[in-house]
Amino acid sequence: MKSYKIITLLFLSVLAITSCSDDDRIPEPINEEEVITTVIVTLESSGPDDDVVFTSQDLDGDGPDEPTINIEGKLRANTTYSGSLTILNETVFPVEEINEEIEEEADKHQFFFEFNGFDGTTTYTDTEADYNGGNDNPVGLKFILNTGEASSGTFTVTLRHEPDKEASGVSQGDISNAGGETDVQQTFNISSI
Amino acid sequence: MKHFFIGLLLFTIGSIHAQKCNYTLSGKVTDFHDGDPLFDAMLKVVGADIYAVTDFDGNYSINNLCAGEYTIEVSHPQCETTLFNISITESTTRDFNIEHHAEELKQVTVTGEKYKNETNSGSEESLKSETLEKFSSGSLGDALKEISGVSSLNTGSTVVKPVIQGLHSSRVLIINNGVRLKDQEWGVEHAPNLDVNSAANITVVKGAGALRYGGDALGGVIVTDPRIAPVKDTLFGKTIFSAASNGRGVSTTSSLFKAFKTGWYVNGQGTIKYSGDLETPDYVLSNTGDREKDFSVGFGLNKFSYGFDAYYSYYDAEIGILRASHIGSVSDLIRAINNLEPNYVEDFTYDINAPKQDVKHHLAKMSLFKRFENAGKLNLDYSFQFNKRLEYDIRRGDDRNTPSLDLELKTHTLSSNFTWDSENDFTANFGAETSYQENYPNPDTGIRRLIPDYKMYTAAGYATIDYNLSDDWKLDAGLRYDFVRIDALKYYLNSRWEERGYDVDYQDIVIQNLDNQLLANPVFDYNNWSGTLGAKYTIDNNLVARFNLSSASRSPNPSELFSDGLHHSAAVIELGDLRLKKEQSFKAAVSLEGNYSDFNFTLNPFINRIQDFIILEPNGIQQTTRGAFPVYAYNQVDARLFGIDVGAQYQLNDNFELNSNFAYVNGQDLERDRPLIDMPAPNWTNTLTYNYKNWHNLTVGLRSQAVFEQKRFPDNDFSVVIPVNSEQVETQVNVSTPPAGYNLFHLSSSMDFNVNEHSKLSLGLYVDNLLDTDYRDYLNRQRYFVDDLGRNFRIQLKLNY
Repeated sequence: MKSYKIITLLFLSVLAITSCSDDDRIPEPINEEEVITTVIVTLESSGPDDDVVFTSQDLDGDGPDEPTINIEGKLRANTTYSGSLTILNETVFPVEEINEEIEEEADKHQFFFEFNGFDGTTTYTDTEADYNGGNDNPVGLKFILNTGEASSGTFTVTLRHEPDKEASGVSQGDISNAGGETDVQQTFNISSI
Repeated sequence: MKHFFIGLLLFTIGSIHAQKCNYTLSGKVTDFHDGDPLFDAMLKVVGADIYAVTDFDGNYSINNLCAGEYTIEVSHPQCETTLFNISITESTTRDFNIEHHAEELKQVTVTGEKYKNETNSGSEESLKSETLEKFSSGSLGDALKEISGVSSLNTGSTVVKPVIQGLHSSRVLIINNGVRLKDQEWGVEHAPNLDVNSAANITVVKGAGALRYGGDALGGVIVTDPRIAPVKDTLFGKTIFSAASNGRGVSTTSSLFKAFKTGWYVNGQGTIKYSGDLETPDYVLSNTGDREKDFSVGFGLNKFSYGFDAYYSYYDAEIGILRASHIGSVSDLIRAINNLEPNYVEDFTYDINAPKQDVKHHLAKMSLFKRFENAGKLNLDYSFQFNKRLEYDIRRGDDRNTPSLDLELKTHTLSSNFTWDSENDFTANFGAETSYQENYPNPDTGIRRLIPDYKMYTAAGYATIDYNLSDDWKLDAGLRYDFVRIDALKYYLNSRWEERGYDVDYQDIVIQNLDNQLLANPVFDYNNWSGTLGAKYTIDNNLVARFNLSSASRSPNPSELFSDGLHHSAAVIELGDLRLKKEQSFKAAVSLEGNYSDFNFTLNPFINRIQDFIILEPNGIQQTTRGAFPVYAYNQVDARLFGIDVGAQYQLNDNFELNSNFAYVNGQDLERDRPLIDMPAPNWTNTLTYNYKNWHNLTVGLRSQAVFEQKRFPDNDFSVVIPVNSEQVETQVNVSTPPAGYNLFHLSSSMDFNVNEHSKLSLGLYVDNLLDTDYRDYLNRQRYFVDDLGRNFRIQLKLNY
């Protein structure tokens, strides 16, 4: 009978120990740092015109609101533009420049540009070596955009994470064999006059 | 003190009259358990040559006793011999209760462990240790597929969730040593946190019949029992070592059990598994390595009338998730579906990188029982579970090594059960259970919480009765009530809050407003009733029929209520719904069991009607900077499932045996009049086994596993506009069509060797997917990305000692 009492006592003490105190903590909010909210394509022409800027902004990230697309300025036909990309996370303050992370891991990222209906071509003007060592493979934060005859159509910017840059055509900007995961894919309706 | 003096006085008086030797000791010997009189029990006065034997009514009488102190030894062929002290001062009537126990003990030695059925009329099936041992290096889910009607929902081949008659996850309860496993079981990518080696017996109850364990078992209950402690002095154990070619893995498990005649016992068990990348017939499944370290220890006292059990188990698994299944957008998904080979294949490695899961589960349990004379047995259990789940995704920059999901789930459960079994024809169970659960999602992940902070309180009560109406008919009935309160704190994006319409229905639960998000405090109560009614009819010596009606009621789980975000393995945005109600099932099942000398069979048809069945279904397309994503939202529909499980066994002659299992489930969404998603395809398994006992118990088996194509599926295909070859193309994304059926062959062989009197060595050689067939399975969530496993050679060494 004595062992029985000990067991009961043991049992109750386990209960007492494990009945934790109730702390009504309010969880802290999380502002995601990796979210890409904003893609800005800046095109500078050698001529007198103002810069042409395409912006896509989706301030609720994976939330239900659609990205807001804004096209500033007009592209001219048969013109060479030097292009650059700015990738931001505007859900945090101060705003986070995702460019820095892409530059740090330049060998793990590559942008791809595709036109449909629009007469234009792009050429990469940066390599991994410009940012953080690496080799001669392109990254695409900087590029040249040449417009052809006046036309209108779409321009799609895609950022792939961990693509296979050695695969056929990838370093020339052909996305078909790139693999990897899509971090950004944004399409702009553009035209040139 | 007073009694002592009276005793002393009586003793003194007794001593004075010590010479007088004409006293009679008489009375009755009864079974402690049910109070039944024991016939033919022997009573012996220790130290004297005086004996008596009980008559048919348990009565005895010992004459010519002198006054004094005696020890009476009471023995019975089916009982443990017991000593009683008695002092005689006059003719005395004294009844003795002895334990009707040795009989049970004998059965233990003859037939191995004895595990009781969980239900009277429910359809249930058990796996014994011999079967479980074959899956020593595998998972619980793999082992359970041996039972017809049980299939599995896989994420690759390491995350295996059991599916019972078409239902899984929160609808299937897993009971580990009497404790309901609380291991974030709502998630389809969450394998049960349980080492298959820790169980000596596993029973699957199809449906809600086992009310004692919970009222929400719409699918069923899986009860895993550890080894029952024998009441004798013994020490035994076993070690199993396995090695597999596919994954180049090894695993070893050892257990040791020490029991004493006094009822004390202590046992321990441990498992280690280590394997690298698995392979299909054609390529390596990169990042599918697996590590597991588990152990359990227990000790206790197993007396007939009282006892206790203390148990602790630890499960620790690190599971690589196929690298190719981690995708960023719908374009990636389309590429995966269209490409025959995955986009990411590396050379074989043991390394595990992101994406991966790192899961730990602790379970501590203390239980007490006491038997009451002429009444029954009272059980009191307390358990504490701590589940820690880390999931790593492929991330950028400083977050590379930070988990994307970091959940801590603590569950305390206190339960009691009283079994009233003193009547021969009548057994009743009454019980109550209460639990407290706390979920803590660590904010350091830097990713919005998939499952919010919440506290869950439950209280339940139940009563079940089994009644032997006649020799042929056994009836049973049960009723259970569950109260569930969930009290959560969750941040919503303002845009999501409005899109879901919560600003209209739930604005009063908002407790804080921030820039772009708000904090809500949903507190929901659910009242759930469940019940069962059934009969078991023994038609003749060979045929038994069971009829069972059951109703189960389940509250929505935290994932169904609160999910809100992107799923990287499916490229879908998953949305919970605060408006969800409980779901209620009504199931009718019949089981017919035939046992003839060389032929056994079971037939188990069922129909399950579920009101407000919670399903995840497509709900439009959402644009983000990463492209378009399909949105899946939780919704409720009325559903109906029916099906049949068939099992048959035919002993062709002394050496050959044929085994056949077939299962079919048909699930229908009654509201939209279309099939339910993820229903197991019809499957038919046939095994031919050759056994030659005289030569090391040689056993060779060839199994054919045929899985037919699932022709019944809902069309959840969707179309998105994506850039394809520089063009914006409206593309149909074919996520619905199940893969083709397949037929696999598996070979198994084993031999036993006697090492010495107490030790036996068994050697097993197995070949899974003998023909190295390419196949994909409908219930594998990675079927979009890769083929399933290729040929696998396994060897297994088992030493019993």
